[in-house]
Amino acid sequence: MIKFWNEWSKYGHVINIGIQNTLAYRMNFLFRAVFTLIPLLANILLWKTIFSDKAEGDMIGAYNLSQMVSYYLLILIVNSMTAVNEDDWQIAADIRNGVISQFLLKPMDYLAFRFSLFLANRLIYILVATIPVGLFLLWQRNYWTAPVSMEALMLSILSLSLTGLLQFLISFTMALLAFWVLEVATFIFILYAFEYIAGGHLFPLDLLPTWLETLLYWTPFPYLLSFPVLIYLGRVEGQAMWNGIIVQTVWLVIAFLTARFVWNRGIRSYTAVGG
Amino acid sequence: MPKETRISPLIETGWKRYLSIYGALCQNSIMRDMQFKVNFVLWLIVELLWFGLQISFISVIYSHTDHIGSWSRYEVIFLIGAANFIQQLFHAVFLNNITQLSEHIRTGRLDFMLLLPVNPRFLVSLRTMDLGSYVSTLAAIAVMVYAGIQLELQPGIIHFVGFAMMSVCGVMIHYSLMLILASISFWTIKAEGFAWGYYNLFNVARLPDAAFKGGFKAFFTFAIPMLLVANMPTKFFIQKLQSPMEILSLIMMAGACLLASEIMWRFAIKHYTSASS
Repeated sequence: MIKFWNEWSKYGHVINIGIQNTLAYRMNFLFRAVFTLIPLLANILLWKTIFSDKAEGDMIGAYNLSQMVSYYLLILIVNSMTAVNEDDWQIAADIRNGVISQFLLKPMDYLAFRFSLFLANRLIYILVATIPVGLFLLWQRNYWTAPVSMEALMLSILSLSLTGLLQFLISFTMALLAFWVLEVATFIFILYAFEYIAGGHLFPLDLLPTWLETLLYWTPFPYLLSFPVLIYLGRVEGQAMWNGIIVQTVWLVIAFLTARFVWNRGIRSYTAVGG
Repeated sequence: MPKETRISPLIETGWKRYLSIYGALCQNSIMRDMQFKVNFVLWLIVELLWFGLQISFISVIYSHTDHIGSWSRYEVIFLIGAANFIQQLFHAVFLNNITQLSEHIRTGRLDFMLLLPVNPRFLVSLRTMDLGSYVSTLAAIAVMVYAGIQLELQPGIIHFVGFAMMSVCGVMIHYSLMLILASISFWTIKAEGFAWGYYNLFNVARLPDAAFKGGFKAFFTFAIPMLLVANMPTKFFIQKLQSPMEILSLIMMAGACLLASEIMWRFAIKHYTSASS
């Protein structure tokens, strides 16, 4: 029991240090949060123009204007809460500069250490982003739609936390490529591009042809961003919703095992350059 | 006096001297790029992927509607090609240099650059050239040609010349605004986020101006002229301009941005106290 608490307090300290370090970047975070709103606003206005040329009450792929705007607003929230921003670069830099050598000696797990920092980072980002994002949501409040049901709300929150975990694990694994290649940025950007479109950042995936949409739900991408939003809005319901949660969980387990596997392989080929 | 066949850049004066310095800098950049060939190809793939992604976004929208404002599908695809063309040119010539400004300040390298016998703004803006981005413009040109054929355009020489000149104005707008943003790093050292923030503005540049009205349109036309950068060259080329005033607004705003960036740059340099040493 004591051992268990020691473990927890150890990573608690990491979170604490992470928060203090991250606070130094608060202006950067604020700037980032504000700039993220610009393309989002542009997309919302684009849809408003498209809807304004349609007849009253016309739908686009089973979305009316409010639902469409809500979709983008919810994506903004999920993205702010779960997206990885600096973590992957830092991990790659740790490997390149030999900083991880010290983790091979310390009684601390690097994945858990990094996850603690990720939590600290998100916590500060959410605090900082609350002001600009909050104002933005307030401004667009007329387009806000309520969750379809209590159950949908609870499950979308569950799915949101799974999304955060999946985001972290996939970024962690991608950054570990630094064990083998000099520059991981290209790989991270390629993955990010897929996430941007197949995850539903640019548009709701149910605007795609059905076969493509169905195919995408077997890939990890929707579970990295839009799945909690689809639950909240009632775009996936009943059996499909539960199936989605299961697929998301399966991807999470796969991502965790892959992260462990890649780490173990990486450590074996690690030569502590500069360490 | 016998004429030297090869004139050292240090003796040569004026624009010729700067041209030969730039030639040497470009050569350097290409040699460095060629050392990492795999990486070079991977970056090309990344750029192509993002470009394809923007086009698929528009394709999805047009599978549910047949016009955005007054813009048809292939007009918007031409616009995306043009926006990407201008963005890649900006990348090729300026972007990496300007994002490195905060790093130069942090490491004290800027001190060294200020001591060299060339204009510091020249050096800060043009030190490296990105060959990959020049290659990426080919994809943008291909998309514009494709969209142009679909639109059954019959452009004359004037359209090509006008498009090229207006694209230069667009690049100047990107360059000036980015330099203004990067100059902030003279006061706060951790300014990498500012350069990142600019990426979000590219997203506005590739959308048709007719999709916007009111405050948003005014802001992105007269404060941050993103809606001029690619929209005006495109509208000129596909003969969609409503009045010559639109061309004038692009030229005026490009001039205003350049002027603002020069004022900002001079102010920043004047108040610069080295970070290290």
